[in-house]
Amino acid sequence: MIITSNLSKTYNGNTVLKIDSLNIPKGQSFGLVGNNGAGKTTYFSLLLDLIQPTTGHIKNNNVLVNESEDWKPFTSAFIDETFLIGYLTPEEYFYFIGELRGQNKADVDALLAQFEDFFHGEILKQKKYLRDLSKGNQKKAGIVAALIGNPEVIILDEPFANLDPTTQIRLKQIIKDLAKKKGVTVLVSSHDLMHVTDVCERIVVLEKGDIIKDLETNPATLKELEAHFAGSMVSQEEE
Amino acid sequence: MIKHFINLEWKAFTRSASFKVNLALKILMIIGAFFMILYALGLGIGAYYIIEEMVDPEPLKIINKFLIFYFIFDLVLKYFLQKMPIVNIKPLLYLPLKKNQVVSFGINKTMVSFFNIWHAFFFIPFSIVLLIEGHSLLNVVGWHIAMLALVYCNNFINIFVNSKDGIFFTVIGIIVALVALLYFDIFDVTQFTAPIFSAFYNQPYLAIIPIIVAFVLYKMAFKYFRDNFYLDAGLAKKVDIAETDNMIWLDRFGSVSTFLKNDIKLIKRNKRSKMTIFMSFLFIFYGLLFFTGSIEAYDGPFWRIFAGIFVSGGFLFSFGQFVPSWDSAYYPLLMSQNIRYKEYLESKWYLMVIATIFTTIIASFYLYFGWQAYAAVVVGAIYNIGVNSHMVLWGGAYIKTPIDLTSAKKAFGDKKSFNVKTLLLTIPKLLLPMVIYAIGHFVYSEVLGFALVAVTGLAGLLFKNKVFGIIEKIYKSEKYKTLVAYKQNN
Repeated sequence: MIITSNLSKTYNGNTVLKIDSLNIPKGQSFGLVGNNGAGKTTYFSLLLDLIQPTTGHIKNNNVLVNESEDWKPFTSAFIDETFLIGYLTPEEYFYFIGELRGQNKADVDALLAQFEDFFHGEILKQKKYLRDLSKGNQKKAGIVAALIGNPEVIILDEPFANLDPTTQIRLKQIIKDLAKKKGVTVLVSSHDLMHVTDVCERIVVLEKGDIIKDLETNPATLKELEAHFAGSMVSQEEE
Repeated sequence: MIKHFINLEWKAFTRSASFKVNLALKILMIIGAFFMILYALGLGIGAYYIIEEMVDPEPLKIINKFLIFYFIFDLVLKYFLQKMPIVNIKPLLYLPLKKNQVVSFGINKTMVSFFNIWHAFFFIPFSIVLLIEGHSLLNVVGWHIAMLALVYCNNFINIFVNSKDGIFFTVIGIIVALVALLYFDIFDVTQFTAPIFSAFYNQPYLAIIPIIVAFVLYKMAFKYFRDNFYLDAGLAKKVDIAETDNMIWLDRFGSVSTFLKNDIKLIKRNKRSKMTIFMSFLFIFYGLLFFTGSIEAYDGPFWRIFAGIFVSGGFLFSFGQFVPSWDSAYYPLLMSQNIRYKEYLESKWYLMVIATIFTTIIASFYLYFGWQAYAAVVVGAIYNIGVNSHMVLWGGAYIKTPIDLTSAKKAFGDKKSFNVKTLLLTIPKLLLPMVIYAIGHFVYSEVLGFALVAVTGLAGLLFKNKVFGIIEKIYKSEKYKTLVAYKQNN
């Protein structure tokens, strides 16, 4: 589904991302982990054509992302609050995204109904604009908006951060269902190793822009990841 | 401690986004400030003699008469342009600083602001001239001190008023009413205020009163801040109660209605865009300067067109020049969605057209100044719709200034929105219609002049799709640069 080749991004001679080859098959739930500055958000921004690659390219369902816009109808994302329109109420925002993705009000309402317990009564009918919601609630709205219009690829940057434990658990279930039942390719980044190993079939570790691990998730993965990040801590201390 | 505060302020100033404009613009700004000071100085020195020569042998009397409006104008200016001190206070809250220190620093900071200092450039030379012209030292000093104290009263009043829009607009309403009453000789407020200002001169010891008032206001401002110095009180963001509006009546615009609804919500629900509406309303009255013949330089016939374009195009210019910056806060969303640029642009275009037609209807009171005046407005509106709406959107495509929708400041134009490309685009916006009119006017008659401008406007409509195509290309080619620029929020 998503084929990355020879991709790199350089700012003023400083390479922040370098991926020679990475294939993400359709329906995979894919996790990206790494410390700050590892290049996770850079990769997602490249996937969404929000920044230009220095070399190489990404193909999303055979569409060259940096040349054609045809990937947009089947791809959706929530990266940060710049994906929210602050002066709209959550409902208005969902309908707006719905209209952009060819969904009428009834379609959107039907989808929202499935997320009633995810919203926990704090999003809909609150008489509040998105800009006045708490960070966590903003994130909930943004994530659900990314599910509108049956996208085939969903990109979520740090979806677990700022969420309360109950919502984290519910979100994990949602992401698992998307990949397993609906065949959606889900890309998730996180600092929380436990969450990614719970959710993702495959986990890639980025460090300073390079892929240094590419793991099929199995019961031992969490241990391995923890050992890796603890180890990199030790090696940094030695430096 | 003060040293740290001042250090922080200095860094905030030199590292702010708006400071990093290019050198040429910086020089222009310095020249601008220089001229403003020069004007004030010239006014301070010259006012006395000019009034003495032209109006009244007792200039101080006249000045005292109009001081009330001077101070009101000062307050309005401060309200719109002066930044409030609370902005940068949050990170200081949890640090081991005495709250009183932080608060008094915040208030003291407003005291040395340019908005207070520049009065000195008028009052000091004016007072010196008073002395030279033989007014007694003691009286002049008393008057002078009273004036400075009043400037500071305004400063502290502004601190209260700033957080409450309602109060401000009531004040504006009262002022407009007073000026109107004065103009039509019904009620002269200056009759009551002039003696007060004169009193400061005649009994210099009275200057103590405004000083005390200023001091009390300072204490009140201090207490107001001190009491509200909590995240959930004075430092809290105001939370609006959301109103939902489906705006079904807009559905008739078809696929454009998605964006149109959004744009109307944008305008209704954000401070900055509300300011734009307010300003475009003021533009409607701009033509009065021309059609009442109050300014001689504007008497040439082609100035009518200039006025007509501004009267009907206030909204068009002030809103249109910032497309797509209005959407800067969520530009990454738009860029990763399946946006049809044509519909996006068309929505903004419809909005400008509707507003232009609406203003043209309101402006029908110009008929009072003769049919030519209103014809100029109508023709200006046609030209605005046909040509300028495209030009403005085109120019906007080059502007990459993020807009903070929630702040009303800077609505009076942004330094960065000023660049060579947008400057070049003002030629077809303003000069061309004036030239076209002048040709018609001088070759045959004013009717031909108006007709030519109107025809040009209608012809412009034919190029709508072409221009939209060009703008779309600009949006696409400048996409990455724009995304980076919008990220740099002040």
